[in-house]
Amino acid sequence: MDFNFSEDIEFLRQNVRKFVREEVEAVAMEIEEKNEIPQKIVEQSKEMGLFSLGIPEEYGGLGLDMVGKCAIYEELGKTHNGYTTLIGAHTGIGSVGIVELGTDAQKEKYLPKMASGEWIGSFALTEPSAGSNAANMKTTAEKKGDKYIINGSKHYITNAVDGHVFTVMAVTDPSKGAKGITSFIVEKDFPGFILGNVEDKMGLRGSHSAELFFEDMEVPAENVLGEEGRGYVNALKILANGRAGLAARNLGSSKRLLEHCLDYASEREQFGQPIIEMQAIQHMLAEISKEIAALEALTYKVAWMTDQGQRVVKDAAIAKLYGSEVYNKVADLAVQIHGGIGYMRDYPIERYYRDARITKIYEGTSEIQKNIIANELKREMK
Amino acid sequence: MNIYVLLKKTFDTEEKINVSNGEIEDDGAEFIINPYDEYAVEEAINQRDAHGGEVTVVTVGDEDSEKQLRTALAMGADKAVLINTEDDLEEGDAFTTAKILEAYFEDKEADLILGGNVAIDEASGQVGPRLAEYLGIPYVTTITDLKIEGENVTIEKDVEGDVEIVETSLPLLVTCQQGLNEPRYPSLPGIMKAKKKPLEELEIDDLDLDEDDVAAKTKTIDIFLPPEKEAGRVLEGDASEQVQELVSILKNDEKVL
Repeated sequence: MDFNFSEDIEFLRQNVRKFVREEVEAVAMEIEEKNEIPQKIVEQSKEMGLFSLGIPEEYGGLGLDMVGKCAIYEELGKTHNGYTTLIGAHTGIGSVGIVELGTDAQKEKYLPKMASGEWIGSFALTEPSAGSNAANMKTTAEKKGDKYIINGSKHYITNAVDGHVFTVMAVTDPSKGAKGITSFIVEKDFPGFILGNVEDKMGLRGSHSAELFFEDMEVPAENVLGEEGRGYVNALKILANGRAGLAARNLGSSKRLLEHCLDYASEREQFGQPIIEMQAIQHMLAEISKEIAALEALTYKVAWMTDQGQRVVKDAAIAKLYGSEVYNKVADLAVQIHGGIGYMRDYPIERYYRDARITKIYEGTSEIQKNIIANELKREMK
Repeated sequence: MNIYVLLKKTFDTEEKINVSNGEIEDDGAEFIINPYDEYAVEEAINQRDAHGGEVTVVTVGDEDSEKQLRTALAMGADKAVLINTEDDLEEGDAFTTAKILEAYFEDKEADLILGGNVAIDEASGQVGPRLAEYLGIPYVTTITDLKIEGENVTIEKDVEGDVEIVETSLPLLVTCQQGLNEPRYPSLPGIMKAKKKPLEELEIDDLDLDEDDVAAKTKTIDIFLPPEKEAGRVLEGDASEQVQELVSILKNDEKVL
């Protein structure tokens, strides 16, 4: 067994850490206030290659394996989660479909521009009537000659506002249920593509989620992603691939919160001593540290299993579930350790507390993760 | 154009530094490229991109200095040279480093040599000027702008907050001041490519030097951290009482009046 990162990954990670610490942390409060990520940071991130993490080298990407991606995601998790989400959704569910399922022509057309960050990727599955029950979608795609005509709507779509390339799921054969769903690569400039309302969220400020409407939107037949009728399976595959990455981001945020807690507890004095000398605070810090250690081991084990080509459906769901639970617990304890100041907007702790909440909901709720885990357990018994 | 950068590995002063027995503890310390040398690397890359040529980054250090050289290569330098003195020298100073570099540059045809204005650890600011003297080339320190046209060079130089404009010519050595440029972050693809770029390792023996040729001319007696800042005193009473007390403190306690 070897728990070390390769020299390359370690070097990449240190450089990303430096960038995050010096540049992104410096504007974290500004992102929160303006609900906008400064363009300078986005451009610097593109120049650094942060938008290209998982895209193969032949298409201008870094071609990192899952362990490498998770190491970078962990560093990106240590700062404003809205910024992390812009990159995470692009390099994760927003581009993985094309990387894994795309034809050579599709990869050549989309991946180089996605690797450079010129085109931002997004994943559009959720609809008002199709959340956890994704197969219940109403958006339809009807084939007409060498085109598909798509009608319907999506909502809560991360990166919808900045997005250029969308992986969109739509029903091509309503008689077949989940097997009648197909995935498409949709560009925002396709006629009939309409950006709807931008959601006002509790957290993840700077990352914009919105509604999408498709009105007789024309999509060329060559933009079918994977096989027709395999859209639902594709969506599940794309989501499964992203789960270890989400765990890594939550790991980074939890570690950052521990740093904040240690700093604050060492400085804050009550009853004539720094509160870090008090057992109640020490136990909270120990609890945070314990959870981080367990999440770290789990995250990188799943990433390693993915790179070994092992089946990770159950383990990735466990990592996603546990990562969100750890992050929420750590954020709650961090507010408690900070006391009043942890509740104030001019200090970053309450921001993490709000940002943590969505991690139990997006990319498959905790309940869905438990269903996946249980189904895999039943499958393993056979 | 043959461009060289003098680079030093230093402690990260943003991190905690521990001193014991008059020495900074290496264990647990974080090391970085001397921040002023980052301006030099950035300027070298920009000048190469404008005028063509090659950027070689040179450091006098130990095995661990390779990391800082790799970072410079990841930023965009073409080649790196590590002059490893770990096994040969116990101590060194600005004289030592300049002498070693003189020997290194003896058979090089350098058009432009850039260094940091000062290293944030020992802060002598001497290595650049000493090397230029040894090589018999002009030098300008604390530069904030560099324009090269043919052999002619126009430099803006920081003089205690004022700007002095200097005209000179290649070959030339400059040391870089904050404000010259904004050093880039190494791109991730740049980092992956950096490992394939040439990194030559030399020892002083390879430069026909022995320990005595470069023995330090100065001796460090002690190193200690600045005293911790004490809490301020708040004077009480009305204004005239406070003034009286302040004057008394300045006269009797601080003895500055």
